[in-house]
Amino acid sequence: MNQKFSLNVNGTVHAVEADADMPLLYALRNDIGLNNPHFGCGLAQCGACTVHLDGQPTRSCVTPLSAVGNSKIVTLSGLGTPEKPHPLQTAYVEEQVPQCGYCINGWIMTAAAFLRDKKKPTDAEIRTALAGLKCRCGTHMSILRAVKRAAAMMG
Amino acid sequence: MTRMEKSATFSRRALLKTGGAFVVSIGTTISFDAVLAANDALALGTRPPVVPNELSSYIAVNSDGSVSAFFGKTDMAQGLYTAIGQIVAEELDVPVQSVKVFMGDTATSVNQGGASGSTGIQDGGKQMRMAAAEGRRVLVEMAAEKLGLAADQLTVTDGVVHAKDDSAKMVSYATLIGGRYFNVQLDWNGKIGNPLYAPGKAKPKDPKDHKVVGQPIKRADVAPKVFCQQDYVVDVKVPGMVHGRVIRPPIAGAAPVKVDESSVKDIPGAKVVLEKRFLGVIADSEWGAIQAARKLKVEWSSANPPFPDQAALYDHIRAAPVRKREVEGKEVGNVDDAFKTAARVIEAEYEWPFQSHSSMGPGCGVVAINGDQVTVWTGSPKPHFCRDGVAAILGVSPDKVHGVSMWGAGAYGRNDAGDACIEAAVLARAVGKPVRVQYMRDQGTGWDPKGPASIHRARAAIDASGAVVAYEYTSKGFSRIDVDTNESHPWDTIGGQLLDVPLQSGDGFGVPAESYAFDNKRTAWETIAPLLDRASPLRTAHLRDPVGPQIHFASESFMDEVAAALKMDPVEFRLRYVKDPRDIAVIKAAAEKAGWQTRPSPRRDQSGETLSGRGIAYCQRGPTRVAIVAEVDIDRASGKVWGRKFTVAHDCGQIINPDGLKYTIEGNVIHGMSRTLFEEVKFDNKAVTSVDWQTYPILDIAETPAQIDVVLINHPEIPPSGAGEPSSRPMAAAIANAIFDATGVRMRRVPFSPDKVKSALF
Repeated sequence: MNQKFSLNVNGTVHAVEADADMPLLYALRNDIGLNNPHFGCGLAQCGACTVHLDGQPTRSCVTPLSAVGNSKIVTLSGLGTPEKPHPLQTAYVEEQVPQCGYCINGWIMTAAAFLRDKKKPTDAEIRTALAGLKCRCGTHMSILRAVKRAAAMMG
Repeated sequence: MTRMEKSATFSRRALLKTGGAFVVSIGTTISFDAVLAANDALALGTRPPVVPNELSSYIAVNSDGSVSAFFGKTDMAQGLYTAIGQIVAEELDVPVQSVKVFMGDTATSVNQGGASGSTGIQDGGKQMRMAAAEGRRVLVEMAAEKLGLAADQLTVTDGVVHAKDDSAKMVSYATLIGGRYFNVQLDWNGKIGNPLYAPGKAKPKDPKDHKVVGQPIKRADVAPKVFCQQDYVVDVKVPGMVHGRVIRPPIAGAAPVKVDESSVKDIPGAKVVLEKRFLGVIADSEWGAIQAARKLKVEWSSANPPFPDQAALYDHIRAAPVRKREVEGKEVGNVDDAFKTAARVIEAEYEWPFQSHSSMGPGCGVVAINGDQVTVWTGSPKPHFCRDGVAAILGVSPDKVHGVSMWGAGAYGRNDAGDACIEAAVLARAVGKPVRVQYMRDQGTGWDPKGPASIHRARAAIDASGAVVAYEYTSKGFSRIDVDTNESHPWDTIGGQLLDVPLQSGDGFGVPAESYAFDNKRTAWETIAPLLDRASPLRTAHLRDPVGPQIHFASESFMDEVAAALKMDPVEFRLRYVKDPRDIAVIKAAAEKAGWQTRPSPRRDQSGETLSGRGIAYCQRGPTRVAIVAEVDIDRASGKVWGRKFTVAHDCGQIINPDGLKYTIEGNVIHGMSRTLFEEVKFDNKAVTSVDWQTYPILDIAETPAQIDVVLINHPEIPPSGAGEPSSRPMAAAIANAIFDATGVRMRRVPFSPDKVKSALF
């Protein structure tokens, strides 16, 4: 049974008509046409679909539309642009982090919320904050270097 | 070979027509729109057919002087795009920024094998180097005619040909040929795929003159991914496209006998496609297709559970009839006789489980059939073979199918990316609409082709003086080509097998690649039949460095066992018997960089809760050599192993891009560590039970090493060889040898999970 939803994504409100049980991921990708969150598992186990809901990293693959409410949704493409990059995006380019890049939403969106709340984190704190996210190309060393570089940029 | 339309005004329109006349509503892409843009720039001339013996199949100079390189391999995001650009820029003497590389599109490139066997630079780069060199030679000859000077009086700077002694006497590449195609024949060796080679008359540059090759130029594909400007195959949307999902049986080998279509009738656009054993659904929306696949009521045939108990896997391999045995290389001396007179014999056996690609995103493909024209958008590492496979499953000629290469969700061998395209084609034919298929996670892990499980036996004969006089090594396992390295034949695809095309299981394994010089030596492999010969979730194929990690886990662990039995330092032992100078150099380089302390293993001097140790392993892979020193910490209470530090010495001949190489090696170390410590496909009698990241755990960032040191040994005088896989090869043995050093316990079965290590410790 389809219902009408009003989704605030990257500062723009979109009307979406869909099944209330449908995960947010499919609304973002197929109804709104934002390709950056990816389907990785549909089980909240990998992070490839991560977006911010009111600033909190959220796995959009298991978040039904009915649970989104009036939350402000920010995806990776809403985090920064080439002209106005988020420090993590600058650091990711500098450190040449992604290989296939399919997992990138999970790492950057999770790290962005972490670095916003935690200044000057230690290596162990970064590892704990990012635990559970998956990367199959094995870019973990570059990810750690980039998050440290971004943390330094963010003071 | 794809035959391009011989249009006098080859244009965006013509290419779209070739591609099935569909407008593709995706964002900025490198791999599709840029191909169109490039062809716009080239629209002034008629492109000769895209065949291996035409220079224009590889290199074109656009009207603005920029260069398009058409490459029949694909970049699995380890910097190949950038490296190929460097090679082409070097030979043509143009700025590297002016080279665009168009990869893997079957309409614009010849079949150079796709991503395969770490040959991107070794084979693919070699061909592009020769083609670019020939392009320069031809352009200089054209300039000589135009300027009235001899070719040997000319040189090239940034795409401008000029007299060596007077730069005012000049003409640019753009003026000479910009916007028109070369009409130059190459000397093709008649092969396609990795061995394709088609040089011209030109001799490439002497490496000592290289300015662009060898530089740490940053990858061009990084920023678009970071800023969401890079579309993947999952993002392709075609007008009229519907979404498909496939449904797999609860018991591997069972067939659908009855489906109740009314169980999905409420889902908009839901349709069931049942052909022989193939069962899929489509729906208007992706969520609809997922729901339909979940809700469809299916009655399955009763099938005998095909698999042994997991605990009996290695006994099964030991007992299974040998389907093919091969002694690779020549037996040195007489091994059997040497063992008869040995003062001492050392023996060991090792075991390696099935492993899954488990790519970050499950396989996805989009297929559109428009009259007699077919387009497949694919993340397959081998788009030309994927094109051939789609043609074969649809029963059309390959020249009617356009394979569009897109970024996929990572691939290190024969993962499920190509299979998804074949099944999308089956669905698209059945419903008469373009279909996008993406597998679900349980299918991506549970039903992808697997890396083969195997056992490995080694024995060494020691004489009275303590010298190794004989060595015998045999692997026995499932074939690495039970299904082949690509999806070009229906019998090698799960979709084809479900449509009753019988499996044509091939036999392939391998032997250790090293240069231990023993007086008597024999290395062999044996393959066994698959557990299930139709659409098996345990069908085996190439998974990163196919069988290399298995073989060298055992062979390099065994060398360590022999060294320990002889109370020799592991590095000293290797340096005593390894004979190849480049092998010796990587072993010495890794040991020196790691600060290796000479002493036999194990340490036997630790009493704390954390046991630390170091181990070395080395191997060749083709012409590439790698040695790795692992330093590990083991928590005595839990048995948990942490690979704290790795030192990798790597020699792949000439280095094209040191930064790209370093990142590639780091990825190998992490993937190799993950496979060694965590990865094992679990199954019961009926099915694979590793179906997600909980049941198929991989390395987590919390487990990431503290440090990876990479020593790059550059040999500009030696042609470049592969780097995409070699450094994952010795990882398991390096870790096993470090665990032995720390604890005195020898791990002979992968993965080294905490429970196994703990029970071995007590």
